[in-house]
Amino acid sequence: MDASNETQDRRQQRMQSAASFKAFLLKNSTESNLNLYDHLTQLLMKVMTEHPHNAVDVIEDMSRDVKRGLFHDMQSTLRDLPQTTAAELLAEQQCSLFSRPEDAAQEEELVETPLPNVSEIGFNLEQAGVSLGREEMQRIFLALKQLVESQALPRCRLWGKILGTQSNYIVAEAECREGEEDEEQSADEAPEDEDREAETQESEMDPLPESTYKPPPVVPKEIIGTGVNKFVYYVCNEPGLPWVKLPSVSPAQIVVARQIRKFFTGRLDTPIVSYPPFPGNEANYLRAQIARISAGTQVSPQGFYQAGEEEGDEEDETPRDSYEVNPDFEGIPVTEMVESLSFWVHHVQHILQQGRCTWVNLTVKPGEESYEEGESDEKEEEPDEPEPEVGPPLLTPLSQDAEMFNSPPWSSKLSSALTSQHAVAVLRSNLWPGAYAYATGKKFENIYIGWGVKYAGEGYIPSVPPLPQKEYPSGADITETLDPTLEEEQMLQEALEEQQAAQEEMEEEEEEEEEEDDD
Amino acid sequence: VPLQRGSIWSLQVLLEQDFWLIIEEISDFNCMDWLLLPAATDSMISEVSKAARGRFIGDPSFVYERAEVNRKSEDRVIPAASVFQNKVKEETRLSVTVHQIDQEVSVVPRGSFIRNHQGLVLVNRSFTGLSESESRKLDSFLHFREAKNPKQRSVLQNPAVDFLEVLSDDIPKGSWSVQCEFASRVCVLRSLLWLGLTFYHLPGTPQHGYVYMGDGTKNLDLPFML
Repeated sequence: MDASNETQDRRQQRMQSAASFKAFLLKNSTESNLNLYDHLTQLLMKVMTEHPHNAVDVIEDMSRDVKRGLFHDMQSTLRDLPQTTAAELLAEQQCSLFSRPEDAAQEEELVETPLPNVSEIGFNLEQAGVSLGREEMQRIFLALKQLVESQALPRCRLWGKILGTQSNYIVAEAECREGEEDEEQSADEAPEDEDREAETQESEMDPLPESTYKPPPVVPKEIIGTGVNKFVYYVCNEPGLPWVKLPSVSPAQIVVARQIRKFFTGRLDTPIVSYPPFPGNEANYLRAQIARISAGTQVSPQGFYQAGEEEGDEEDETPRDSYEVNPDFEGIPVTEMVESLSFWVHHVQHILQQGRCTWVNLTVKPGEESYEEGESDEKEEEPDEPEPEVGPPLLTPLSQDAEMFNSPPWSSKLSSALTSQHAVAVLRSNLWPGAYAYATGKKFENIYIGWGVKYAGEGYIPSVPPLPQKEYPSGADITETLDPTLEEEQMLQEALEEQQAAQEEMEEEEEEEEEEDDD
Repeated sequence: VPLQRGSIWSLQVLLEQDFWLIIEEISDFNCMDWLLLPAATDSMISEVSKAARGRFIGDPSFVYERAEVNRKSEDRVIPAASVFQNKVKEETRLSVTVHQIDQEVSVVPRGSFIRNHQGLVLVNRSFTGLSESESRKLDSFLHFREAKNPKQRSVLQNPAVDFLEVLSDDIPKGSWSVQCEFASRVCVLRSLLWLGLTFYHLPGTPQHGYVYMGDGTKNLDLPFML
């Protein structure tokens, strides 16, 4: 009897401890109003329904999920405002790209379009390993089509993409319409009048030293349609956003752009803070870099373009700036294009030191253009006429490009070494990292995808400011001389006294003589 | 060693041959021949910094030479014996460069790795990605390397997650470019210090990764360019 009592007691004890433990489990947590019993029940039910793999390893995650799942049961009576997601915004912007105008739809197929063959270029760029991704390329080309239609451009192509710190630029190159003129006005004429007014006020006092600084003469811009401004460039941040036309570039901007090194931010109105100070904001700097990159890296297979009709003598010094598509171009085999750089030529004019493609002689003053006298006389009269700057003529092969920083300026490769009969020849610039050109058969294309900075070798050193100018011309009244020493002063004084004494004697003698005469 | 085993890098070099690297220090040039790169050590790093200049050549057995003159001698006449020739092979330089890039600009989103109480760094399997607004801020991305100056910034930090340094503490400020493309479906970070390092993350998903495609030179002009 005792034994059964004991087991009963023990069983009861166990039941009691179990009940108290269960009560403990059911006790709600003070913080979250949950209790462990319910939580464990739900967790085990979840494991039962889901049968996860390696359940013991992921049990903590499941526990956290169960806890998290409880919170969504509370529904607030407020409805969330439907927020336009970024996807919707982008879709709105880009749906205009996908709409077709109702009229000209059928006519376009017959007339030669100003757009290049979009899908073909995209495919070839992919082969070359350079592309931006198919979806983006398609959108970009649709945006180009929109640009062409809205601006009625005769010809347009994708120039490339310039990366920036906050957003990027997609750049399109276009031929400008005929008859378009530059609408910008120079603001250089205003300050001179102010200086003259200030000078008249100071004439009462001693004339203050005037500044003899004359700024060097401004090199004139090239006309739209020639030289550096041959093409017009449009940029947008993303396909679908409106295109912005970049202003034409001036030689001063190119000269300074060569001396500074800056990233782009993605906003066209950012000021460029640099030394030497850049005359313009980011839009101008972007245009200047585009001009430099085009001049340095736009290449084509030799023979694709031929020189325009030559006018006059061949001794004409102005470099030819026109070229035409050669109708007899046969295409160069791709393997040959890869092996030697002489099969590629530049088809954009080189930019001279001055910042233009055609040299301008700034020292010629109006009124002295007396070319009627013999040429030999003219040369003698102007001994310091600067030498005209000459650049390599158009359509020079790449094999004549200078080597910089111990590295060849271009690297070439085939897109595929295994199927070379269908491969694309790819040329990569080492001076402007990001500039590529490909050629296959009779087609070629250039593109730039990069940060917009040139390879600068070991390090970039910003230019040193010029020496401070002399504030005043050195003359006798300003130059310091040594003060006379005491002995010298005494000597001078004695000499003066002697002179005075001598003079007085002479005067006395004269007076005496006069008195004597009077007598 | 990070999650991205098998992530492919590529270094573009001078001549036709480009390098392709996989994160376990293997290199090759045309995806056909693979060599094992030696792991970078401190002595190798100092060797490379003395000898190698300019761009990569493209040939792993190329030897860089640079004469360094011993300046401790005060005489004008420098005896020939104290002119050191620092020689470094290109594969050493390559491995050191890879190591440096990893140390300086490898990026992971916040929350993708957890450190447990023993100090082990583990992949966080319940990482569901950053939200869209978080992925626009540089604060949500961390360097994936041993923290050199860990800072406690706010009480909200979770020590299991915030044991790495934040990208926004990088000097100079602005050396990262954050962009959200494709309707915020992808968030792209580009390093301006090592031009060509690109990190991507798809907000809302645990996918992330980084790739280096460039010429293997550090952009020391960065302060001038910002």
